[in-house]
Amino acid sequence: MKIAVCVKEVPDATAHKRIDPGTKRLDRSGEGALNAFDANAVEEALRLKAATGDGEVVVVSMGPERALNSLRKALAMGADRAVLVCDEGAAGSDLLATSRVLAKALDREQPDLVLFGQQSSDSDGAVLWAAVAERLRRPVISQVAELTLDGGSLTGKRQTEFGYDVIRAPLPAVVAVADSINEPRYPSLKGIMGAKSKPQETLSLADLGVEASSVGAEGSRTEVLGLSDPPPRGDTRKIEDDGSAADQIVAFLTEKRLI
Amino acid sequence: MLSKAASLGAGDVTGVIVGSGVEGLAAQAATYGAATVYVADDSSLEAPLPQPRIDAVAQLVADKGIETVLFGQSILAADIASGLAARLDAGLNWQLTDLTSDGGNLIGRQSALGDSVLVDVGWTSTPRIGLFRAGAFDPTEQPAAGTVETFEVQLQEHSLAAEMVEQAHAEESGPSIEDADVIVAGGRGLGEPEKFALVEDLARALGGAVAATRAVVDAGWYPYSAQVGQTGKSVSPALYVACGISGAIQHKVGMQSSKTIVAINKDPNAPIFEFADLGVVGDLHQILPKLTAALQARKS
Ligand SMILES: Cc1cc2nc3c(=O)[nH]c(=O)nc-3n(C[C@H](O)[C@H](O)[C@H](O)COP(=O)(O)OP(=O)(O)OC[C@H]3O[C@@H](n4cnc5c(N)ncnc54)[C@H](O)[C@@H]3O)c2cc1C
Ligand SMILES: Nc1ncnc2c1ncn2[C@@H]1O[C@H](COP(=O)(O)O)[C@@H](O)[C@H]1O
Repeated sequence: MKIAVCVKEVPDATAHKRIDPGTKRLDRSGEGALNAFDANAVEEALRLKAATGDGEVVVVSMGPERALNSLRKALAMGADRAVLVCDEGAAGSDLLATSRVLAKALDREQPDLVLFGQQSSDSDGAVLWAAVAERLRRPVISQVAELTLDGGSLTGKRQTEFGYDVIRAPLPAVVAVADSINEPRYPSLKGIMGAKSKPQETLSLADLGVEASSVGAEGSRTEVLGLSDPPPRGDTRKIEDDGSAADQIVAFLTEKRLI
Repeated sequence: MLSKAASLGAGDVTGVIVGSGVEGLAAQAATYGAATVYVADDSSLEAPLPQPRIDAVAQLVADKGIETVLFGQSILAADIASGLAARLDAGLNWQLTDLTSDGGNLIGRQSALGDSVLVDVGWTSTPRIGLFRAGAFDPTEQPAAGTVETFEVQLQEHSLAAEMVEQAHAEESGPSIEDADVIVAGGRGLGEPEKFALVEDLARALGGAVAATRAVVDAGWYPYSAQVGQTGKSVSPALYVACGISGAIQHKVGMQSSKTIVAINKDPNAPIFEFADLGVVGDLHQILPKLTAALQARKS
């Protein structure tokens, strides 16, 4: 069983995320990290591989060259191989253009199963999988909190606004997992050391046969017109617990006449 | 969405309803501003799966020359919108809270990066696709009711591959958290289901109700009826105490209108601190028992 996991490098959680007013794109100059939600997808792939006894887990990403650092985290967790589509021409791609590139990269891999994470922590889109599934002409199940494989098909349980759905689809299929599906493992020291020597391939748009004009800013169908500040929030107070936090909360609630 | 679209004055508004046994909804949709409501009513469309609906909407967009397709956020709508974008080579903007028309050119207002910046977004071609936060607009009834037409959907092979095996609608029991004045909510930071007792004890001391995030509801730690957020309930109590909750946007949209928010989280960078009136960086396992005890001592 071959599983491809789509993962993204996002600004590190400690970074203050901002949109560069000049380029109108997310400022990616700071530290990057593997999107935490994608670690759940990698974990699920590793579990499925272990359960089926054989197979391969390949992580697939589109991003700048430095994103390889984040892909290595997935390799350290246990993924077998990484593929990064890295091309100046792809910078500024919107959902439409990104899905085009990823679908091409996935076409080349021909996996039995494509996994996505719950959302990118920088875009909060939680949408990309459906566009990719459409291009691959594969069934898609999103928000999956429980996934079981059963021969040539899989079954996913997921939450909706009304309760729970159980959906079955034949392989090959596309599944986006929820962050509740598992607890991602921490890479072991051995895993971290071993990651460096695992195959890491970088591909250009030309390698994939993608027209440069169909991706990047030119191939995108959405644009950022302007940025503004949201209305100011009221005062926020932040305290560090030095043992007296409970008392300080009581004082705060008293001051607000909430108790 | 229908009322908003009608208020733009940027062309005729079409409503689309796809499902089984949904004809009754058409008349209702027509009164919210749709000049025409297209209905595909077929038993093969009963299960709320996205891919057959991509076929349906794509077909209408092509046949009727529709330029803009707007969706209110839901688990189903997000997947239809994204798949439709790929099918139609159309731009998709999401997390939209408003839409304006500038001489027929549409501009969306996106709340991005955890609501820290408002982005005006556009589309460089038609069709345009927009996904709006739930509750972004109020419905207004229109005097002139539109007409209703039915259409048949040609389903693609891959759209029929997924099947709904089971749908469990959640049962409500006990008083709803939507009516509570005080809510104490627990997230994955509790570490294990048994630790919800800490949240329940604090809720009791404050005379409030208990809520939870999707992460812990999905994991079976707490019932679905207690979930706050995009797919759960929207609450606006006088006090919301978030314990071990990161503050993801999908949780935030369900509780941000709480009057006072207190958050306890051990990660100083947790997004919840961006919108908590009182943020406490610390270990909830230390703080919650002390807080409950202090409140009980105060009462007696
Ligand atoms: C379409 C869609 C719909 C969604 N709908 C909803 C919804 O309705 N409701 C919802 O809640 N979510 C929803 N989500 C999920 C949401 O994005 C988050 O994944 C979820 O809210 C995270 O839950 P959490 O805060 O409990 O867990 P986490 O994000 O894992 O956060 C746990 C937090 O606990 C803290 N912590 C850990 N240990 C301690 C300790 N000892 N003391 C104090 N703090 C500690 C950590 O620092 C962390 O910040 C939805 C997502 C999508 C894509
Ligand atoms: N540039 C990318 N390369 C590979 N996968 C991605 C990329 N962006 C997003 N993804 C995947 O798509 C999921 C949803 O992303 P989004 O729709 O942007 O929230 C993520 O959790 C990843 O699995």
